[in-house]
Amino acid sequence: MFSTGLVSAAYIAASVLFILSLGGLKNQESAKRAIWYGIVGMALAVIATVFGPGVGNLFVIIVMIALGAGAGVYVAGKVQMTEMPQLVAALHSFVGLAAVFIGLNADIMLSHVEGLRELTAIALGLGPNVTDVPLPVDADLTGFGERLWVKDAVEVAILKVEVFLGIFIGAVTFTGSVVAFGKLAGKISGAPTKLPGGHMLNAGALAICVILGLMYFNGAGLWTMLLVTLIAGFIGWHLIMGIGGADMPVVVSMLNSYSGWAAAAIGFTLGNDLLIVTGALVGSSGAILSYIMCKAMNRKFVSVILGGFGGTQGPAMEVEGEQIAIDADGVAAALEDADSIVIIPGYGMAVAQAQQSVSELTKRLRAQGKTVRFAIHPVAGRLPGHMNVLLAEARVPYDIVLEMDEINDDFPQTDVAIVIGSNDIVNPAAQDDPNSPIAGMPVLEVWKAKQVFVSKRGQGTGYSGIENPLFFKENTRMFYGDAKASLDQLLTKLN
Amino acid sequence: MRIGTPAEVMPGENRVAMTPESVVMLKKLGYDCVIQAGAGGAAGFTDAAYEKAGAEVAADADALWSGVDVIAKVREPSSDEVSRLKPGQTLISFFWPGANEALLEQAKDTGASVIAMDMVPRISRAQKMDALSSMANIAGYRAVIEAGNNFGRFFTGQVTAAGKVPPAKVLVIGAGVAGLAAIGTATSLGAITLAFDVRPEVSEQIESMGAEFVFLDFEESSQDSSATGGYAAPSSPEFREKQLEKFRELAPDIDIVICTALIPNREAPELWTEDMVQAMKPGSVIVDLAAERGGNCKLTVKDEKIVTDNGVTIIGYTDFPSRMAAQSSTLYANNIRHMMTDLTPEKDGQVVHNMDDDVIRGATVTHGGEITFPPPKPKVAAIAAAKPKPKAKELTPEEKRDAEIAAFRSATKSQAGMLVIGALVLLVIGAYAPASFMSHLIVFALACFIGFQVIWGVAHSLHTPLMAVTNAISGIVIVGALLQVGSGNWLVVLLAAISVLIASINIVGGFLVTRRMLAMFQKS
Repeated sequence: MFSTGLVSAAYIAASVLFILSLGGLKNQESAKRAIWYGIVGMALAVIATVFGPGVGNLFVIIVMIALGAGAGVYVAGKVQMTEMPQLVAALHSFVGLAAVFIGLNADIMLSHVEGLRELTAIALGLGPNVTDVPLPVDADLTGFGERLWVKDAVEVAILKVEVFLGIFIGAVTFTGSVVAFGKLAGKISGAPTKLPGGHMLNAGALAICVILGLMYFNGAGLWTMLLVTLIAGFIGWHLIMGIGGADMPVVVSMLNSYSGWAAAAIGFTLGNDLLIVTGALVGSSGAILSYIMCKAMNRKFVSVILGGFGGTQGPAMEVEGEQIAIDADGVAAALEDADSIVIIPGYGMAVAQAQQSVSELTKRLRAQGKTVRFAIHPVAGRLPGHMNVLLAEARVPYDIVLEMDEINDDFPQTDVAIVIGSNDIVNPAAQDDPNSPIAGMPVLEVWKAKQVFVSKRGQGTGYSGIENPLFFKENTRMFYGDAKASLDQLLTKLN
Repeated sequence: MRIGTPAEVMPGENRVAMTPESVVMLKKLGYDCVIQAGAGGAAGFTDAAYEKAGAEVAADADALWSGVDVIAKVREPSSDEVSRLKPGQTLISFFWPGANEALLEQAKDTGASVIAMDMVPRISRAQKMDALSSMANIAGYRAVIEAGNNFGRFFTGQVTAAGKVPPAKVLVIGAGVAGLAAIGTATSLGAITLAFDVRPEVSEQIESMGAEFVFLDFEESSQDSSATGGYAAPSSPEFREKQLEKFRELAPDIDIVICTALIPNREAPELWTEDMVQAMKPGSVIVDLAAERGGNCKLTVKDEKIVTDNGVTIIGYTDFPSRMAAQSSTLYANNIRHMMTDLTPEKDGQVVHNMDDDVIRGATVTHGGEITFPPPKPKVAAIAAAKPKPKAKELTPEEKRDAEIAAFRSATKSQAGMLVIGALVLLVIGAYAPASFMSHLIVFALACFIGFQVIWGVAHSLHTPLMAVTNAISGIVIVGALLQVGSGNWLVVLLAAISVLIASINIVGGFLVTRRMLAMFQKS
C-alpha cells in the first residue's frame, strides 16, 4: 500500500512524463523515444492509484484491465492505417462514455455520503445542518467517498457543477464520436443531414440541459443528470450528423479536444490533479489541431461546427476549356523526361489503398535519379497528418514528404505534378474566384508545374461539389481510373 | 488519295510544305505523296531524300497540280495557281482570306475546297496545326539573331582581361508567340530583356521566360484578351500616350528593339516613334516584325534594312521564316500533317471534310462552291476568361515599418485585454470559490498553458500519432474509475468497472497503435 504522499509523487512524475511524451513529437526520431515516456507515465499513474489508499474490489479491477488491455492489443494490431480516423474516433467515444459513467457515479456516491452524514449526525445527536460530522469507523467509503465526506456546502455546490459539466461534455463526446466513427467507417452516409429545426434544435436542447443542471444544483436528484446524459447525447449526435465528410479532420480534432476537457472536468469532480493536468494537455492539443485544420481550410471554427460551407456571394466563375484524358503510356513518357516530380496525395489515395503503388512508383523514379517529393496539405485525408502516416506505412521516407508551405514555391520549377485523389486542396478557384465556396483557402499551387496529371475516378466534382478549374487547364491531363489500378498500370510502363 | 506539294512560286520563298519526314507520317495516314521536282531544294531537302521517304517526284507543276487530290503549299496561291484547281480538290495553304477577296471568289468558282492555315482557330486542340504560331516562333528567334548580326557588341555582359563589357539591353514590344520566342532567345544569349504587352495577363509568361515586364501605371490598362481570341485589341488614346511616354523614357538605354505588336485585321500600331529612334544610341538595332503591315516604327521600310542618320539600323524584313527554311519547313509540314490527321479520321487516306468540327470549319474558306468565310464563332472559347489580378502594392520601408508598429500595438492591446479579462474572471471565481477548488484551477490553467506551448512544436506530419497518443493519455480517466470501483453500491461498481474496461482499451490500444505508426516513419 502506498501512502497519499507517494501517490502524489507518482502523479507528478506521470504528469511530467506525459508532457515530455507530447513534446517529443516535434520530430520523427525523438517521437520514438517519447512514446515510452507516455507508457511509463501511464503505468506509474495506474499502479500508484490501484495500490494507493481507498481503492477496493481489486479483483474486478484486474479482470477489467486485463480484458481492456487484451481488446486494446487486438485492435492496435489489426487496424489498417487507412482506418486510423475511425479508430481515433472510436477511442474518443470511450473517453466520453467513461466520463459520463464516472460523473454519474460521483453523484450516486455524493447522495450516499450525504445520506450517511445525516444518519450519523442524528445518531450522534447533532443538528441536521452540521457539516463537520466525524466519520463513523464502520463506514465503507472509498477514497473518493472520504474526500466527499469532508466537503462543505460550497464545495459540494461546485462539485455539482463539475459533475454536470463532466457528464455533459462526456455525453456530447460519446455520441459525437460514435457518429464520426460511423461516417469515417462508411457505416453512415458522409453527407450532412439535419433534423428540421437545425441548430435551433441544438440550442433548445442545450437550454433544457442548462435548466436541468440548475434543478440538479438545487437538489433535484440523479434523474436530472440521466436526462442531461440523454439530451447531451442527442446534441452530439445531431451536431456531427450535420457535418460533411471532408470536414472530418476538424471534427475529429474537436472531439479529441472535448475528450480532454471531459477528463479535466472529471478531475475537478474527483479533486485529482493528474486527471486535470492530463485532461488539459489533451484538450489544448485537440484545440490547436482544430485551429490548424480550420486555418488550412480558411474557415471559421464555428462555421465548420455548424456545418455546410459558407454562403457564396455570387455565381461561380465559368470554367472554360475541356478535360483532356491521357493514358498510362503518356504519363510514363512524361515521367521519363521529367527531372523533378511532386506527388500530391489526397483522401482518394487512402480510399483506393494506393499508397503501396505510390511508394513503388517513388522508388523507381528515385532510382532513375529523379527528384521525387510529396506535398501534403494540412487537411488532406480525414485526420490531421493522415497522409503522412499512410506514406510512412508504405515506406516512403519522411524527409521527402513536405508540408504545403515548404513546397508551394517550388511548383514553377517542377516538371510533373501528380495529383492522386485530391481535389479541393489543389483547386485554383480558391485563389482566382472570389465567389467560390473555398475562396481564400490556402491551396497547393500545382497548376504552376509544367505538367499536371490528375488521377481521378471520373469526371464528377468532388464530395464538396465544387468544380475544379485545374482539371481544365492546358497543362493538365486527366488520368482516369481507380488510383491503385492506374498506378499499377503505370508501373508496368516504367522500366 | 494523293497529296502533292508544288514548288513555291513566290520569289524568295524558300520554304516547302512537305518534308521527307512528313512524307513518312502522311503515308501512315494512307496518302500517296507527290512532290514537284526541286520543291524542297531551297530548304535543303533533295528529291532523292523525298524518294527515299516514299514520295513520288512529279516533273513539273502541271503534272503535280493535275495529278493529286490534295495540294499542300506554304504561301497563298497566285491567281494562276488558283486557276489550276479542279472541283473536288483540296488546297491547304496560307490564304489570308480577309485580304484576298478576289482570290477567294476565284477559288470558290473552281469548286475546290480551300483550307487556310492562317484561319485555324486558337484552341488547345488545334495548337498542333497552328502554323501562324510555329512561324511566329521562328520569326521571333530569327529577329534576335538578325539583330545580333547587325549589332556591334556582345549580348551578354562580360568581364574580360581587356575590360568590362556591359550586357545588351533588349526591349521586346508585344509578347505574342513571336515576342515570347524573341524574349527566350535574347535572354538565353545573355541580354537584359525587357518586354511590354498591352495584355497584363501575359506578364506571368514574360517573367517565366526570364524578361522583365515593363509595367505601366495605368488603371484601366487591363485588356481582356479572351474576348478577342487571345489577340491584342486597340488600346485607348490615354493608354497609348502613357505607353509611348514609357518607351520614350526607355529609348536612350535600349540597344535592341524587337517590335512584334500586331492587331488582327488592322494596320500595325505605331509604338516606336521617330523621336525614340533619334534618342537611341548609334549602333542600336530595331527589328520590326510588323513591317508587313506598315511597321510599329514608321521609319521601317518593308523588306529592307536601313540605317538612320544617327546610326540606328532598322530591319524591316518580312521573310524571317523563309530565312530559316529548313526549320520552318519542318514545322510547317508538321502543321500540315496534323491538319491531315484531323481530316482523315479513319486513317484510310480519304479526306472527310467534317464541317461540324470547329477546327476544320474555322479553317475552311471555300467548300462545295461556296465561300465559307468568315466562320461562325467557335463553340469553345480560345482562352478562359482572364482573372482580374489584384496588383500587390509595393510598400515603402516607412509604410512597412508603420504597419509593423500598428500590428505590434494591436497585438499588445489584444493580449493585454485578454490578460485583464482573464485576471478579472479569476478574481471573481476566487472571491466565491473555496481554496481547494482554486488550487485545482491553478493546476488546470498552468496545464493548459504547457499544453499549448508543447503542442505548437509538434511536427505537422506527426499529427495522427499525436491524436493517437492523446487518445491513450486521455485514458487517464481510468484513475477516476479506479477510485470509485471500491464503493459499496453495486451500480457504482458496475459503472466504474465498465469505465475501467474501456479506459484500458484506450490506454493499451492508443499507445500500441502510436508505436506502430512511429516505427513506420523512416528516413531515406
